[in-house]
Formats: sequence, C-alpha cells, structure tokens
Amino acid sequence: MSIGLEHYLILSAILFSIGLYGVLAKRNAIIILICIELMLNAVNITMVAFSRYIVPLLLTGQIFAIFIIVVAAAEAAVGLAIIIAIYRNRETIDATKVDLMKW
Amino acid sequence: MGLEIAFWILAVVGVVAALAVVLLRNVFRAALSLVLCLLSVAGIFVTLSADFLAAAQVLIYVGGISVLIILAIMLTRDVQRGSPSNKLRIPALIVAILFLGAVGYATTNTLWQVSGAAPVEPTTAGLAGKLFGSGGFILPVEIAAVLLLAAILGAIVLVREK
Repeated sequence: MSIGLEHYLILSAILFSIGLYGVLAKRNAIIILICIELMLNAVNITMVAFSRYIVPLLLTGQIFAIFIIVVAAAEAAVGLAIIIAIYRNRETIDATKVDLMKW
Repeated sequence: MGLEIAFWILAVVGVVAALAVVLLRNVFRAALSLVLCLLSVAGIFVTLSADFLAAAQVLIYVGGISVLIILAIMLTRDVQRGSPSNKLRIPALIVAILFLGAVGYATTNTLWQVSGAAPVEPTTAGLAGKLFGSGGFILPVEIAAVLLLAAILGAIVLVREK
C-alpha cells in the first residue's frame, strides 16, 4: 500500500505524544526542553505533509515550517540560557525543585 | 516503492529514537538519540520532497541546537544523574495516549482533499519567491530577524556573569 497523507499525520501524532509525555513527566529541565523540540518537529512534519499533499504547488506549509524552525532556535537559546542561570543561582535543574513562584 | 521503504525505515528509526529520548536514564544519551530523531525527521522531509527544509533541518537542528543542548548538559552535569520522572508519570502517560487516540481517530476519519499534482522540485527557488517576492512573507522575515536578535541578546544577558 502506498504512503499517503495519513501515514505522515499518524507519525507526527506519535512523535508529538512522546514529546508531550516527556514534557509532562520529566524532572530534568533540559530533558523537558528536548521534548519541546520533539513536539515542534512533529508539528513541522504535519505542516510539510499538508503542504505536499493538499496544496503541492503553493509551498505555504514549508514557509510555516521555516518560521517554526526560527522560533524553535530562538526558544532553545533562551531556554538553555535560563536553565544555566537557574543552575548558577540554585545549584539544581530539577523542575520540581524550582518552585519560587508556587504558593 | 523506494519511497515506501524509506518512509517506513525513517519512521521506525524516528519513533524508536524519540522513545529513547524519554526512556533513557542517561541525559547525554537522550540528547544523542534526539540527534538521531532529528536526522530521521530530515529524511522524512526528503520523502516529502522538501529538499530545502531537509537541509535547513540538518544545519539548524543537528548542527546547532543539538550542540547547544549538549553544551548545556555538560555545564549542568554534576548535579543530576539520570532523568527521573516526577509524580505525574501515570497521568502524563494517560494524557499522551488520549491525545494520540484523538488525533489518530480524527486523522483516519477525515476525508482529506488530497491533490494529485506533482510536488514542486527543487523547492529552493519557489521558497525564495514566496519569502522575498511581492505579496509574500517579507514582513514575517523581517520580524524573524528582530526575534533572533532579541533572543541572542536575551541569552547573552541571562548567562552573563554578574
């Protein structure tokens, strides 16, 4: 059977779910950031698959994917900088122990 | 036929690498399997005939972001061994499986308006026309430049020694 749009959508849903589980269930802040990257990549697969199968001549989905990559790069840089700053101040990157704003 | 084989290999490798990211105890190995997963996503882009995006994925994710992540792991290594789960493990698993079920159900039960046209190849010229041509996405490109500048400045300010 030939590969269609559904295959790519299911693949991206699987990757997104794995990333979602990691974001919700992990303590290490760097692993949480890695899982966010996974989720963004899954969304990119969806964008490109829709662009390929629904409007193959417009390339709009690929433009969106490029902007998602740009925002993901900015997010990774700032997120890792925040993690390193937290590590300098509090000697931990455990997300459950960084609870200054909890009451 | 070659496309199907490539898709299945890349999909299996990508999903296994993504599972390794959340299941491995060692943070460094999790980052390395993230690199493998990003590479297989680049291959998936190739099977979707998005050649420019595949190259950008390899350059930015595999080349840039993974180095950044590994650097951060090295800098924060001595505190935390492994990547333990918090107490939300079971609810998170349930939420993820529910999400997967909902999306899978919606995907398989929707009648997609699939177009039979052949994809544009190579995509680089078309993407450049869309990004920089008239009536295209030139304003978001400018905003992306400002966003990247702000992110660079923010990262420098955040990690600077006081």
